[in-house]
Amino acid sequence: MNDHIVKSYDAEFKELDRLTAHMGGLAEKLLADAFAALERRDPNLAAATIASDKSIDTLELQVQERAILMIAKRQPIANDLRHIMTVLKITSDLERIGDLAKNIAKRALAVSGEAHPKPLMNGLRHMTELAMRQLKDALDALSSRDAGKAREVWHRDAGLDALYNSVFRELLTYMMEDPRNIGLCTHLLFGAKNIERIGDHTTNIAENVLYLVDGVAMTEERPKGDDTSSMVMSARTS
Amino acid sequence: MDMSAATRMEAERSAPVTAQGLPAKVVARDVNVFYGEKHALKHVDVDIPDRGVTAFIGPSGCGKSTFLRCINRMNDTIASCKVTGKITIDNRDIYDPSLDVVQLRARVGMVFQKPNPFPKSIFDNVAYGPKIHGLARTKSELEAIVTASLEKAGLWSEVKDRLGDSGTGLSGGQQQRLCIARAIAVNPDVILMDEPCSALDPIATAKVETLIDELRANYCIIIVTHSMQQAARVSQRTAFFHLGTLVEEGPTERIFSTPRDQRTQDYITGRTG
Ligand SMILES: Nc1ncnc2c1ncn2[C@@H]1O[C@H](COP(=O)(O)OP(=O)(O)OP(=O)(O)O)[C@@H](O)[C@H]1O
Ligand SMILES: [Mg+2]
Repeated sequence: MNDHIVKSYDAEFKELDRLTAHMGGLAEKLLADAFAALERRDPNLAAATIASDKSIDTLELQVQERAILMIAKRQPIANDLRHIMTVLKITSDLERIGDLAKNIAKRALAVSGEAHPKPLMNGLRHMTELAMRQLKDALDALSSRDAGKAREVWHRDAGLDALYNSVFRELLTYMMEDPRNIGLCTHLLFGAKNIERIGDHTTNIAENVLYLVDGVAMTEERPKGDDTSSMVMSARTS
Repeated sequence: MDMSAATRMEAERSAPVTAQGLPAKVVARDVNVFYGEKHALKHVDVDIPDRGVTAFIGPSGCGKSTFLRCINRMNDTIASCKVTGKITIDNRDIYDPSLDVVQLRARVGMVFQKPNPFPKSIFDNVAYGPKIHGLARTKSELEAIVTASLEKAGLWSEVKDRLGDSGTGLSGGQQQRLCIARAIAVNPDVILMDEPCSALDPIATAKVETLIDELRANYCIIIVTHSMQQAARVSQRTAFFHLGTLVEEGPTERIFSTPRDQRTQDYITGRTG
């Protein structure tokens, strides 16, 4: 891509990208810490994680202000306008990811007193690992404007959905086996749902990267691997 | 970019239709313009639809005005200038030797960058064209044309009480709308505008843009502009010229959202090409 004739315009875009990348990094860390707090039942880490969500919110506001100023000053068009609009959308997805990770950390606080049997966490750990990888790849795709990589992320979201599915089943089984698990498992279920939602926001990011690079909105139906909404019924009837 | 004989015949046989299915009003085929040795416009092919606004954009010196002047044969007045290729309006070759250039210029009005009212009254500025083209038989017919033209140009309420005042005493924006009234008074089909707002303030510009938007229902309007925002606001199609060639032409929305050619993208987004 050629440089703008007005040098400060390029500098503004660089700053926008830098803030977005910074937000992405924070969101990744928030998710990792939230899960670690849950797994280790570490209330201190949970509290610190909840507090750090603030900085993501602050960054989102900064990006928004800069973007609005750029639109007013530069009247961007074509790929420049797409650039600004996708940054706005992506940072709002990152803000949501931060919120969802924060919710996981809140669950960690709620269950910190309870002892949880190890295998209970396995599914959730897998989900977190996959969600982390998805988020990392989506952010990499953004910074390198890599449509191929963004498309891979987009397709892999079905895997996270499928994993959520099986974690859902698994936790349901634990609850049916021993009602004393219900309290803990319910929190973990919410945690799993939050990770699944993080996956959806990550897919949004991938779609926006595709739009940024190709200039056409992704209209394909997302591949879906989640059928938990119908599973409640089958669990009850079985 | 030479057209094959078959395509050329095809273009002549059927009434040309633009991509959107609108009838093409002005059709250019392999148009070249030379100023002496200088090849200023190169192999331009374009179909310009009727009843709509087409914007010509491109860096200074790329040939926008040159092409615009081909459409009403204003280049004839430049001694060193030579035009080749074919331009038709309503399928009629405008470089046909039997064509009356005065008639052509009545059908193809032009509005310039700097408002250039005649040093005459507001009334006479507008009445001049209809008079020389014999469009009014009586004084009241002439008055009706002048009134209607000033109304269409959105100037009537501002000047109706001082039609006898000099046109040059109006503000810049009013002068430009007077020039538009003068252009439409002779009932043209095509209106060419070469940077019509570049000397106007934002309010006068907005008025002229509103006027263009109203006129497009009845005229084929071609506007040269250096303001991307203006092109995006007023036109339905946009043509990008670069170094004498027509690089890309298409629906304005597409040109300003996803241009196909790198040169177009660089130009509209303000990048070094
Ligand atoms: N009368 C002339 N004699 C010689 N060369 C000319 C003449 N008019 C234009 N040219 C040359 O032809 C080329 C195209 O000029 P033209 O005026 O069409 O450009 P333009 O796109 O309208 O530019 P601008 O945006 O500055 O008005 C330029 O290189 C210009 O110097
Ligand atoms: Mg010009």
